[in-house]
Amino acid sequence: MSHLNNFEIFLLLTIVKIAIVLMITLMAVAYTVLLERKVLGRLQNRWGPSRVGPFGLAQPLVDGLKLFLKEDMMPLAVERPLFVIAPIIALGCALISIAVVPFGAVTLVHGVDLFQIANLNIGLLVILGVTSIGVYGVALSGWSSNSKYSLFGSLRSTAQMISYELALGLSLVGVVLRAQSLSLRDIVASQSAHGAISWNVFGGFQFIAFFIYLMAAYAETNRSPFDLSEAESELVAGYHTEYSSMKFAMFFMAEYANMITVSCVATLLFLGGASSPFGHLFDHVASGIVGTALFSIFWFVAKVFSFLLLYIWVRGTLPRFRYDQLMAFGWKFLLPVAMVNILATALALTYHG
Amino acid sequence: MEIALFLIFGLLAVAGALNLLFQRHPINSALSLVVVMMSLAVLYWSLGAEFLAAAQVIVYAGAVMVLFIFVVMLLNAGEEERSHGSKIAYIAGIPGAAAIFCLLSFVFLSERSHLGATPLGGYLSSAVSNISEISHTLFTSLLLPFEVTSILILVAILGAVVLARKEL
Repeated sequence: MSHLNNFEIFLLLTIVKIAIVLMITLMAVAYTVLLERKVLGRLQNRWGPSRVGPFGLAQPLVDGLKLFLKEDMMPLAVERPLFVIAPIIALGCALISIAVVPFGAVTLVHGVDLFQIANLNIGLLVILGVTSIGVYGVALSGWSSNSKYSLFGSLRSTAQMISYELALGLSLVGVVLRAQSLSLRDIVASQSAHGAISWNVFGGFQFIAFFIYLMAAYAETNRSPFDLSEAESELVAGYHTEYSSMKFAMFFMAEYANMITVSCVATLLFLGGASSPFGHLFDHVASGIVGTALFSIFWFVAKVFSFLLLYIWVRGTLPRFRYDQLMAFGWKFLLPVAMVNILATALALTYHG
Repeated sequence: MEIALFLIFGLLAVAGALNLLFQRHPINSALSLVVVMMSLAVLYWSLGAEFLAAAQVIVYAGAVMVLFIFVVMLLNAGEEERSHGSKIAYIAGIPGAAAIFCLLSFVFLSERSHLGATPLGGYLSSAVSNISEISHTLFTSLLLPFEVTSILILVAILGAVVLARKEL
């Protein structure tokens, strides 16, 4: 790569990184769906998909093909441009925020970090901002469908996402106070001193913030037990009732991509990102650049995977909330507790930090 | 590089603002306003004010405009009808707008040395975190206006609650 100048190397490596990360994210989305169906099946004492390929492993590909080949029906009374743009906004916002997630240890090649697409010094705010833009996908889809079920679903879902965004954002303030930075790399670095005991959820005493974040994240991604935007017993399918074929698939993928993003953020902020839970205890086992890189990616994927399993487990266990319970829980419980947590963290940092 | 960003998003902001005026459906107008806000955020970022850019997206595009759209959705506002408007607007509109434009550009051009200038992308290095700089300024020299503003917002919230209570 000696005949390329620095900018060309940066451009090429960035394009390659974007392509690879996008592909892996989409594959992860597809196989999270399969994982969910499999695990839910086992939780309910049945097999789950098992016919296509060994252990049903080809099921996501066949599902994708099916959705591609289905007829793309568009009801006559929809607001046409917005109806088409809404799923694009939803999926686009879900995929963009993965760009600032560092998914491995810092590995520089010609000054370019291999395991993060963009290291922004406001990375955390970018994720919050992109998530808040994603609300438009839901709001517009419900309104432009011109259907009462869609409208109700999207009203519920939009109100829920706006309300829980506050609790979500406030639960992250404690972590930011500890790291004194909004850059995700810095936040990970602030927890990497002694392995698991210096993670924010244990050593950082942010476990209250962690649980607030988890609950708010479940509501933010419209997942069970807060999935009443698509409560099928009352609203058919919520805001995507009128969508079919690939447009429906885009909403579906957006939901799972959001799940993955939220799990990544939880990993980065509370569980030390790509750092090993044993600290530097086993550094000699996998020495060298390749070993360190592989180990860091392994830990990151393992943590994200456990969050996804938790998502599925919760879905298989808890019943759905009622709408007023949901709002009361968010505003009257999560928000005040998050504020108390900020105060306590700030006081502790002032007197001991 | 920065000049290209500035041109693209400056034009996008102007186009969005014009579209906001020309669209006849409230939702389309609100969405054009979102485009304007996002383009402004990119312009802030290209000047090196990344925290301001993020706040612009989160607060204006992500919260305020969502509420606008929420209200439009709930009220189910239809397309507005084209009216002839008042005579005064016809007579005074274009000269008034031109006068304001001239006045503003005169003030900006004549006071240029006092306003100071910032190069495009001049502060675009991660060496300075402008969050700490902003918070330092806010909580030391501008503490009183900051707190007064927060009290103003609190009063506004309480007023909204009181007004809504009567209807419940």
